[in-house]
Amino acid sequence: MTGADMICELLLEQGVDTVFGYPGGAALNIYNALYQYKDRIRHILTAHEQGAAHAADGYARATGKTGVVFATSGPGATNLVTGIATAYMDSIPLVAITSNVVNDLIGRDAFQEVCITGITMPITKHNFFVNRVEDLAHTVREAFRIASTGRRGPVLIDITKDVTAAESKLPPPQPAAQPIYTATEEDIIRTSELLSDSTHPVLLIGGGAIASGAEDVIRQLMERCDLPATYTMMAAGILDPEDPRNLGMAGMHGTPAANRALSEADFILALGTRFSDRVALNREKFAKAAAIVQVDIDHSEINKNIPVDLGIVQDVRSMVEQLLPYVKPRRLERWHAKLAGWKEKYYKPSDDPDCLKPHQIMEIVSAMTDEKTIFVTDVGQHQMWAAQHLHHQHPRQFLTSGGLGTMGFGYGAAIGAQIGCPDRRVIHFTGDGSFHMNLNEACTAVSYNLPIISIIINNQVLGMVYQWQTVFYNRCFSETTPERKTDFVKLAEAFGAVGYRASTLEEFKTCLAKALQQKGPVWIECVIDREERVLPMIPNGGTFRDIILE
Amino acid sequence: MLKEKREIVSILVDNRANVLTRVTNLFGRRGYNIDSLTVSATNNPDISRITIVFSCTDQSLPQIIAQTEKLENVRSIFILEHNNSLYRELLLVKVRANRAERAELKEFIEIYRGKIVDLSPSSIIIELTGSPEKLDGFLDMLADYQIMDICRTGITGIARKE
Repeated sequence: MTGADMICELLLEQGVDTVFGYPGGAALNIYNALYQYKDRIRHILTAHEQGAAHAADGYARATGKTGVVFATSGPGATNLVTGIATAYMDSIPLVAITSNVVNDLIGRDAFQEVCITGITMPITKHNFFVNRVEDLAHTVREAFRIASTGRRGPVLIDITKDVTAAESKLPPPQPAAQPIYTATEEDIIRTSELLSDSTHPVLLIGGGAIASGAEDVIRQLMERCDLPATYTMMAAGILDPEDPRNLGMAGMHGTPAANRALSEADFILALGTRFSDRVALNREKFAKAAAIVQVDIDHSEINKNIPVDLGIVQDVRSMVEQLLPYVKPRRLERWHAKLAGWKEKYYKPSDDPDCLKPHQIMEIVSAMTDEKTIFVTDVGQHQMWAAQHLHHQHPRQFLTSGGLGTMGFGYGAAIGAQIGCPDRRVIHFTGDGSFHMNLNEACTAVSYNLPIISIIINNQVLGMVYQWQTVFYNRCFSETTPERKTDFVKLAEAFGAVGYRASTLEEFKTCLAKALQQKGPVWIECVIDREERVLPMIPNGGTFRDIILE
Repeated sequence: MLKEKREIVSILVDNRANVLTRVTNLFGRRGYNIDSLTVSATNNPDISRITIVFSCTDQSLPQIIAQTEKLENVRSIFILEHNNSLYRELLLVKVRANRAERAELKEFIEIYRGKIVDLSPSSIIIELTGSPEKLDGFLDMLADYQIMDICRTGITGIARKE
């Protein structure tokens, strides 16, 4: 078989039945093979390679499987870069397969030649350049192993065109040892002692809990020890929104109760989180009163941002499973009474029946959709409103670019999520800024008849930067008021989608009800006031004391 | 400000294209400046040894070690501790020297066990191997002469124990 056939066989061997991508000259052999394998491997053609990379990422986030994206050499490969970096920052398993020019032309600045392995070195877990067909099978298998084990992440394979044409035999797979992580009994005992000795414990849960599928054991631990818990945006959905122990999201736009609890806690069990600068806004002052135990599968995360008292290198699920038999049931009435007071006391956005308020949009969407719905966001104010006010009930239900903060992530990711979960409703929240970046993917949603509802929160400005300029830059609105005249309803129709516009709550409810009946993509433009802010907010470098509530 | 200290690490890596780039790229993007770097194959042709000298704080040393260990092509990394490692460096230095100066120079080149490896009517080139401190000391001794060019290989090192 040819190298290109071998790639298809290897994908099947790895359990891949769906890939995203865009063809091109150097990728012709691969696309010819995909044509022969089209009954077994479904290829989703996007409008742009960036959309394909985000789609493979969204597919991986929604399904837990490794996403696969194809691109041709040169610009095809460079267009993947933002998508790969997005997946890297959020530890999403992704295999990107790019074609390069024939080996004979490598290094000669041939047409559409680019050194994509050099470009992606700092944003991949690992990357490979394959210019010998003998190396192909082993490399593809290694790429899937690296992407999907340990701390997950993107891997890129760059394959010269001659390799995809070369004839070779597929060697049988070699069994690879799976790494097993276990904590020492000593560490588990110390954690359980710190936990039982504390009077103000808090669980801080990050994306690692979702990656390891730990929601049930975490909920058990909270139940048994009466533990209050908060989560980072990457772990939205890990906790039951109705559980009184759930303090809500932590960090810059997190709830006051969660942030205050972290700053007053005497013990923090941090599960699969890196204490990013959006959570530990001030590294020196963060959780100063607390003993911290940090559990992370990546040993380089222990002590990276915040010095901890004990680091355990393990995946969250198996660590919590190991810990559970060691912890004693207890009640924390006084601590919970305090926390409940904080929940009551602080910020609540006010409703307004006459205009559209962002939090009300989120509440209506939560009320009108079922619990299996997948929410995907772009980046900016709408993302924070969605993180704050949607009722996240399950892991892998809220897909968002947390680490890189990629505007334009949403539409591609929503397409990937919908392809991966055809029986579930996918709702894409975006802003007029983010949406303008990659709305070209509407044509993909139309071609594949994907019933994605895009809710465009239109405040006419680049809202998050506009908000910062309002608060910190004396209302100097430098390049955040683009005065665009885009008619989203007409544009949706021009793409072959359906468009609605809503400026009041009632209109929005009607539009959403109609949208939920549609079989193809729908856009709902929601006109909101440009002065709407994301609150509460703790500025960069601040602590709970610096919180802005109005 | 946390105090920075000089550290020397020895990294065993796959002897393949681009592996050095991966290591130096990582040091660069994590904010560590490399002071000296040597690379060579080991007795196993599949493995190369990279010796890196750099400055960092006690707090950040474990971080760069952990990050380096994560690279797929890195087999092991260890700190070469001062008291139980051997370091060597090679120095080539070109010095302006007339006949009289040459005689003086020859005297302390012998004390340092260096060699004169090239000679012209107005200059000499000296080769010297030794610990970095010895090389520094030798260069101090040359302060009274006009140094035309200096070239140092950077440190390579090996742990004394197994």
